[in-house]
Amino acid sequence: MRDARGDIRRPIGLRLWLSGGWLTLLALGALFTPWIAPKDPLMQDLFLGRMPPFWVQGAEPGYLLGTDSLGRDVLSRILYGTRLALIVALVAGTLTCVIGATLGLIAGYYRGWPDRIISRFVDIWMAFPPVLFAILLIAVLGPGLISIIIAIVVIDWTRFARVIRAEAMTQGAMDYVASAQVAGRTRFGTMLTEILPNVLPTIVALLTLEMGIAVIVEAILSFVNLSISTDSPTWGGMIAEGRTSVHQAWWVLVFPLITLFLTVLSFSQLGEGLKDRFDPVLR
Amino acid sequence: MSGYLIIRNLTVRLRSGPVILRSVSLNVAAGQVHGLVGESGAGKSMIGKAVLGTLPRALQITGGEIWLDGVDLLSLSAAERRRRIGATAALIPQDPLTALNPSKRIGPQITRRLIDILGWTKQAAEARALELLDEVQIPNAARVMRSYPHELSGGMRQRILIASAFAAEPKLIIADEPTTALDVTVQKQILRLIAQMQARHGTALLFVTHDLGVVSKVCDTLSVLYAGKVVEEARMQRFFMRPIHSYSRALLSATPSYEDPLGSLTPVSDTVIEEVEAEVRWHDARAGT
Ligand SMILES: Nc1ncnc2c1ncn2[C@@H]1O[C@H](COP(=O)(O)OP(=O)(O)OP(=O)(O)O)[C@@H](O)[C@H]1O
Ligand SMILES: [Mg+2]
Repeated sequence: MRDARGDIRRPIGLRLWLSGGWLTLLALGALFTPWIAPKDPLMQDLFLGRMPPFWVQGAEPGYLLGTDSLGRDVLSRILYGTRLALIVALVAGTLTCVIGATLGLIAGYYRGWPDRIISRFVDIWMAFPPVLFAILLIAVLGPGLISIIIAIVVIDWTRFARVIRAEAMTQGAMDYVASAQVAGRTRFGTMLTEILPNVLPTIVALLTLEMGIAVIVEAILSFVNLSISTDSPTWGGMIAEGRTSVHQAWWVLVFPLITLFLTVLSFSQLGEGLKDRFDPVLR
Repeated sequence: MSGYLIIRNLTVRLRSGPVILRSVSLNVAAGQVHGLVGESGAGKSMIGKAVLGTLPRALQITGGEIWLDGVDLLSLSAAERRRRIGATAALIPQDPLTALNPSKRIGPQITRRLIDILGWTKQAAEARALELLDEVQIPNAARVMRSYPHELSGGMRQRILIASAFAAEPKLIIADEPTTALDVTVQKQILRLIAQMQARHGTALLFVTHDLGVVSKVCDTLSVLYAGKVVEEARMQRFFMRPIHSYSRALLSATPSYEDPLGSLTPVSDTVIEEVEAEVRWHDARAGT
């Protein structure tokens, strides 16, 4: 009587491999930066300014992706920037997720006054324009890693809260939740054991998406010089600097830009891919 | 008054005001099957939910008593009530598609109650679950225990839910239209299965349906509900021979019988509706709503 529905196993998609592969590469790069970075990212050498990447005529050996106008190694700078980007992605993404998802879960499942308070709060919060909000926050908190993370969490928790609230509401109306309660489960227990596992795929997808967003926000803030102190290399800072000399030395702009683009894309693709893998119905 | 489940003058309202159940009284004797019939929206499901403590948050019990196994549930604290209901009552839901948690395997969903409420060990609970799955005629029970709900057909899932409802040997089961979501060929099997299980386990059953034909097959007594008001409570035999309320009579002649499924049917007439509506209005006026 058991039909074949459960036997369909979808292949792990190409996008899951590609995005996962790229992020793994980045993570390894970030972890082992001091050992694999060919040069000191801050070392200037004005005689080696604007050297092109290795395949272009006139490249300097040892500087694979060329140098910027101050003669600093682009590859090394990207690697050191990766560390920062990934730290922001992980810490800010996770904090945002935990705070937003918890509030969303409570609002969507408990309804009543917890929902009214949380939803009202979310609505008011979302009325602020996010970029302005971020810049204002950083201005108040002062630049730095912690400020960036706080700014991202403060701005983006509402995304989780809204989506997870809606999901929890849908799940909460299902009969299996009522059955769990008839079987003597407490409300809180039901939320943890019945609702949470079913909104988990969405949480995972949102989390990875959020990590990508955190990377972008960090880049934007560095771009406008509001990020970490200017001497530690960041992707956004490199893009800002590269922009001014794009006609003389395109590589200074293009390589960090590509890295940023691939990373953000990978995060969102990973999220979609994982959501499918996690979802027992789609699995 | 004797009964395993006794509901007295139960009134349920939307928190915004309107009445959903109008002073409902009914009685399910131990080991007997009580049918609850009425058209869609009459409030049948809400009676079940009020008993099991799973009313939607928009609704509220504003009066009455619900006696289960000699205890007035509404006089208990929330935790105590949940414990008592968990130990004595169970539900067979209407829609087997949403009644199983999609992210959990079948096994733990059946054993949960045995472990949580009766304090059984995991092994004992699993052995019992296998036994129950056999009892509801599910082949390959061991494999089904390890399946996810979406891997099983609707009929299979309803069998599992029946097994799960009987797992902890409750004294009362509420079955809320347990066959309406299934296709016709499976409906009869499931109905027969519920009747068999009920008889074998001696469970009191509150059987919610809008199908008088089904009621005539499985019930001992029944209540007819209209707009949240019980218009007639009767033993089966008497009801089918001499229905008292004109709405009951109209309902009967609007139901195809098993003996003569193609016989002439009369829709419930406007005069009957007007009559029972007037009764409901009179009730509301007297109750001061
Ligand atoms: N969450 C809710 N909010 C507001 N009104 C509700 C809610 N749930 C049910 N109702 C109202 O309660 C009344 C009774 O609903 P109930 O589900 O008990 O009907 P029913 O007799 O079970 O019908 P059906 O045969 O369609 O299942 C309906 O009029 C419905 O509009
Ligand atoms: Mg119903």
